[in-house]
Amino acid sequence: MSALALIRAAGAEPCRPWPRHVLARPDWSAMAAALADDTTALLGLWADTLQVHALLRDGDDVVAASVAVEAGLYPALSSARPAAARFERMIRDLWGHNAEGGSDDRRWLDHGRWPLAHPLSPRPGLPGGAVEPPEFASLDEPGVMQIPLGPVHGAIEEPAHLRLTARGEKVLRAEARLGYAHKGTLALMRGKSPRTAARFVARLAAEATVAHAVAFAHATEAALGVEAPPRAAALRAVMAEHERMAGHLDDIGRMADAAGLAPLHTAAGRQREQLLRAAERAFGHRLMMDTVVPGGVAADIAPDGAAALHDAVDALAAALPSLQRRMDPLLARLDGLGVIAGTDPGGVVGRAAGPGFDARSLDPVYGALGLALPLEHAGDAAARCRVRLAEIADSLRMLRALLDALPAGPTSIALPAESGEGIGCAESLRGALWHWLRLDHGQIAAVFPCDSGWALWPLAEAAIAGGPVEDVEMIRLSCSLPASGLDL
Amino acid sequence: MQPARVGVGPVIRPWRRPSLAEPAGPVDAATTASLAARLEAASQTRLGHSLAIRHVNTGSCNGCEVELRALRNVFYDLERFGLRFVESPRHADVLLVTGPLTRNLREALEAAWDATPEPKWVVAVGDCAVDGGVFKGSYAVLGGTGASVPVDLTISGCPPTPARLLAGLRALLEANTR
Repeated sequence: MSALALIRAAGAEPCRPWPRHVLARPDWSAMAAALADDTTALLGLWADTLQVHALLRDGDDVVAASVAVEAGLYPALSSARPAAARFERMIRDLWGHNAEGGSDDRRWLDHGRWPLAHPLSPRPGLPGGAVEPPEFASLDEPGVMQIPLGPVHGAIEEPAHLRLTARGEKVLRAEARLGYAHKGTLALMRGKSPRTAARFVARLAAEATVAHAVAFAHATEAALGVEAPPRAAALRAVMAEHERMAGHLDDIGRMADAAGLAPLHTAAGRQREQLLRAAERAFGHRLMMDTVVPGGVAADIAPDGAAALHDAVDALAAALPSLQRRMDPLLARLDGLGVIAGTDPGGVVGRAAGPGFDARSLDPVYGALGLALPLEHAGDAAARCRVRLAEIADSLRMLRALLDALPAGPTSIALPAESGEGIGCAESLRGALWHWLRLDHGQIAAVFPCDSGWALWPLAEAAIAGGPVEDVEMIRLSCSLPASGLDL
Repeated sequence: MQPARVGVGPVIRPWRRPSLAEPAGPVDAATTASLAARLEAASQTRLGHSLAIRHVNTGSCNGCEVELRALRNVFYDLERFGLRFVESPRHADVLLVTGPLTRNLREALEAAWDATPEPKWVVAVGDCAVDGGVFKGSYAVLGGTGASVPVDLTISGCPPTPARLLAGLRALLEANTR
C-alpha cells in the first residue's frame, strides 16, 4: 500500500480543508516504511503536546497524519526520509518527544543556551547544558579539512552555520547548522487570538512576510469555516505577487554582487527600490508587514495605491529586457553549478528542474489568472536564475490583471471565537509555505508554520558537495536559503 | 618610450539622466549633539571622516537586513557619505546590530564586539535590537543589543526605512567629524 492509502485507511479528525488522520503506532511505522520507496513529498513534521503530525503531498493531493506520543516516543520518519531528521531534532528540542529509530539525535534549535529545556512541553525541563561548539559529522581521512562558515557572515546575511569538509578545493560534504535565530515564536503565539498572533507570523521571515501571513490566514479561516471577502483575496494576491517580484530582484542582485557584476546589481536594486516605494504608497509599509490578517486585509489599498503600483510595474516591465541582457554574464558564471534535480521541493528550485509544484494552483484567486509556469530542466543555479526572471514577468502580468479587476466590497470579516483546526498554504518567493493551527474558543491552542527552507537546506547541502569551495557562495545564493523562517 | 597616442574617440553624449540619489536632508540635531559630546573624548583623527560598518545579525527576521542592503542601492548609496560595510569586525568602527539578541547568538555578538578595535560604536537597528520588539519576554531572546554590549545609538522601526537608517548613520558620522 502507498503511504497515502495507509493514512486514508485510518480514522480522520476534523481538520479543514484536508482531514488529519490519526494512525495507530504500527500503521505509522508502516507509513514510514512505505515512504522509503515512494515519491510522496513530506512537507512538514511537527508536534503538539500529545501527538506528532506529518503533512504529505502527492501531486495536488494533500493529507495530514498523526501518531500519539507514548512515553515520550514516536516512530521516526528519518529512517525512511533523511530530510525528516531536522524536523525530528526540532520536535525533540521544542516538545521533548523523541523519534524512536531516528537517524540523528543531535540538537537543532536548542544550543544549550535557553533557561529551560523543551519550552513547548507542558512540563519544560531544566536546561541541558552547553552544546557549543557543535559536533559535525567528519571524515577521518588524511588531507581532509573542515571549513566553518558563519553564523555571523561578512555580508548582510541571516545567521546560519555551514560546515564544509573539503580536500583541497573540493568540497566532500556540506552540513548546515541553524537555530541561531530561534526567537521562541511558537510559544509567543500560543494562547493568543489569530489576529494578535499575526504580528509574529509577519516576522517569521520578512522577505516572505506576505506569503507567511496569507498561509496563516488561510489556515485560520479554514479552521473557523469562514472565507475572506473577494476584495481581500484579490489584494492578498496583489501583495503576494509584488513581494515575489521584489524578492526575486533581491536574490538576483545579491548573486550579481557576489559575482562582481555591478551593472546587474545596480539595475536589480533600482527596480526593487521602486517596487518597495510603491508598496509603501499603496499599503503603508515597504515590505507590506502586518497588512494581511486572518479574516482579510488590515486596510484597503490607498486611493492612489493602484496607480503607484501600476507605475512601478510599468517601469519594471520596461526594464526587463535590459535586466535580461545584464544577466547573461551571471548565467554564464552559474551554468552547471549546484544541480538539484530528481526531486520536487516545489518553488524556484523545483521549477528549475521540471514542472514543480506551485501552491498558487490550490488558490482559487489564481484560477482565473492562469499560472504560466516557466519551465526549466537543467536544475542548476543558472536555471534557478532564469526561473526568477520568468516569474517576475509572470507576476507583472498577474499583478496588472488583478489591479484592473479589483472586486468591490469589504476588505475583512470578523472572526468568530470558535474552535477548529485548519491547514493553509501560500507560495512564497522560494516555495510553498504550510501553516497548521488548532483553535480553542478563538485562541491558538497549537500552531506550526512550515517554511520552505526546511526542504531547501538538505538539497543545497547535497548540491554543494562535490563542487569546488569557490562555488559554495553562489550555490547558496542561487537557492536563496533562509534561516529565520525555520528557526522559529 | 612611445608617447601616448591621442586619437579621436567616440563622441561623448551629454549625460541627461538625473541622479537618483536622495537629497541629503537635515540631520537630527539632538542626536548629533548627544553623540558629539560622547565623541569629544575620543580622538577623531583615529576615525577620520569615514566609518567602517560591520553588520551583526542577532536573530533578526531578515527585515532589517533587506533594508540595510537597500542602503547600497543607487537611491541611498551610503558610500557617498564615507560609510561602508566591511567584512570583519577587526576592520570596523561601528557594529550595526539587528535582531532581538537571541540567546543562541549572544556569544557571537560578544565575540564581534571584543574583536572590534577601540574606539568603537554600537548601533542597535530596528525595534528588536532596541528592546526585543515583538519578541520581548520570550525564553529564547535577551531583549535587545543593550542586554549584552553598550549601545551608542538606536534606530527604531520595524524595520527602519533606508532613509531612517541613513539619517541615523549620518548623525554618527557628523558627530564624529565635529
